[in-house]
Amino acid sequence: MRPERLVVDPTACTAHGMCAELFPEWIQLDDWGYPMIDSGDVPPDLRDHAERAVKMCPALALKLRRGS
Amino acid sequence: MRHRLLAGLPSPHPIGLATHLELHGPSPLLGRGGGDALIAELEAAGLRGCGGAGFPAAAKWRAVAGRRRPVIVVNAAEGEPMSAKDRVLMTQVPHLVLDGALLAAQALGARDCVIAAPAGVHAPIRSALRERRAAARPAVRIKVEASPHGYVGGEESALLSHLEGRAPLPRLKPPFPAERGLNGRPTLVQNAETLAHVALIARHGAAWFRDGGSGGIPGTALVSISGAVRAPGVYEIPAGTPLPDVLDIAGGRLQQVRALLVGGYFGGWVGGAGEGLSFDDASLQSAGVSAGAGVLVALGAADCPVAETAALTAWLADESAGQCGPCVYGLGALADLLGRIAGGRTERGDGARLTRWTEMVRGRGACRHPDGVARMISTAGRVFATELSEHARRGPCAACGRARLLLTPRAREAATA
Ligand SMILES: Cc1cc2nc3c(=O)[nH]c(=O)nc-3n(C[C@H](O)[C@H](O)[C@H](O)COP(=O)(O)O)c2cc1C
Ligand code: SF4
Ligand code: SF4
Repeated sequence: MRPERLVVDPTACTAHGMCAELFPEWIQLDDWGYPMIDSGDVPPDLRDHAERAVKMCPALALKLRRGS
Repeated sequence: MRHRLLAGLPSPHPIGLATHLELHGPSPLLGRGGGDALIAELEAAGLRGCGGAGFPAAAKWRAVAGRRRPVIVVNAAEGEPMSAKDRVLMTQVPHLVLDGALLAAQALGARDCVIAAPAGVHAPIRSALRERRAAARPAVRIKVEASPHGYVGGEESALLSHLEGRAPLPRLKPPFPAERGLNGRPTLVQNAETLAHVALIARHGAAWFRDGGSGGIPGTALVSISGAVRAPGVYEIPAGTPLPDVLDIAGGRLQQVRALLVGGYFGGWVGGAGEGLSFDDASLQSAGVSAGAGVLVALGAADCPVAETAALTAWLADESAGQCGPCVYGLGALADLLGRIAGGRTERGDGARLTRWTEMVRGRGACRHPDGVARMISTAGRVFATELSEHARRGPCAACGRARLLLTPRAREAATA
């Protein structure tokens, strides 16, 4: 499987903060409640965490994107 | 050094087609393979975008080349209030920009071109287009459209949204305009000055262009100089000119210069008159700034750098397109914080907060607006460290009450020889 990065569309994100709760290894909230995401490739063993965060985001703002 | 882009100026009228051809000769027709050859020439010339980001032009053209039904968009929006170079080009030497746009259209196989410019400069563009139609049947459909108002409206994806009839809001990239731009078509968005350079490189070649420039920013550049200088205006300078000498080109200093804002509002501060620095990429980067849109504002020793920085941050926060949380809340928080520092109303931890938030907003928006503001603030923190901590402790200084230097109308528009 090709490496993928987790990215947020800041124009869609509504700062629910759900993602940071589901995937704290990769996502932290900034001082205003918006997610700061590790820009590296998501390692295979954390892949399902990333997928769950994508699926659960109420604003559909998270995406896994191929290539760096 | 002789003017290249501004050859023939100052002139009481816009340079017409006949004079344009006398000054520069005809624009070459690109035959088979001519497009690729021109792109290679732009690469050899080292031409970089003059709209602010400084992206290599050749790479942008290659990203569009070979795609179906491409469009050329001339970005003459010039949302940067201290910049007047695109206005000078469009109103005084419109044929140079048109040549560049038509060369791009030929090279990339585009049949459509849109010129996005403030409504105030449409008349000279339209009259230049009429002169061309009278001379030959046009091979490219050229439309002139009003560019959006506001600072962020000149950002390429915001500009494209506006041209599609929607609100001028930036979009998240990728997809880049080269992949999916105007109405979904592959689009080359290029600044007006970048295209004017293309017009001359196509005629004279990369070696000619580099002659008189430095390795980083080859050739000449248009700079909009304002602030504490005798003759503010738009000037064409050889790249690599020492920054203090650039002020002399604008008539010299009116008073001792405390700092220069380089690039634009999204640019950065350097101390003094930029002693030891020159107008080229490597030199400017060593000071944490870049040529940006070619803006230079000289802050006089009588102006308050803290009040200027605070007011500028508040203005930029206000110009946020309001779509991205980190931009809306982050820039808002930074503006409040700098306002408190300027007024001497600081709380414990504000110094650390300034650094933390400046770092926190970088790269967090759909466009680079927060990154530009962060750069301006972080360079201010370095160059004005003493004044910032003095204001934080003692409150406003004597100069705080003066009229703001920044946020006043743009650099005088006259092109000066
Ligand atoms: C907030 C913001 C505002 C911008 N405003 C302008 C502008 O007014 N004019 C311009 O040419 N480019 C502007 N740009 C840069 C454009 O997005 C784009 O990079 C440029 O038009 C590409 O042309 P160039 O490569 O020839 O510079 C802006 C970018 C940002 C992030
Ligand atoms: S869950 Fe979605 S909307 Fe909520 S903070 Fe994360 S990305 Fe933003
Ligand atoms: S980063 Fe700011 S200016 Fe850019 S799109 Fe987002 S809200 Fe608008």
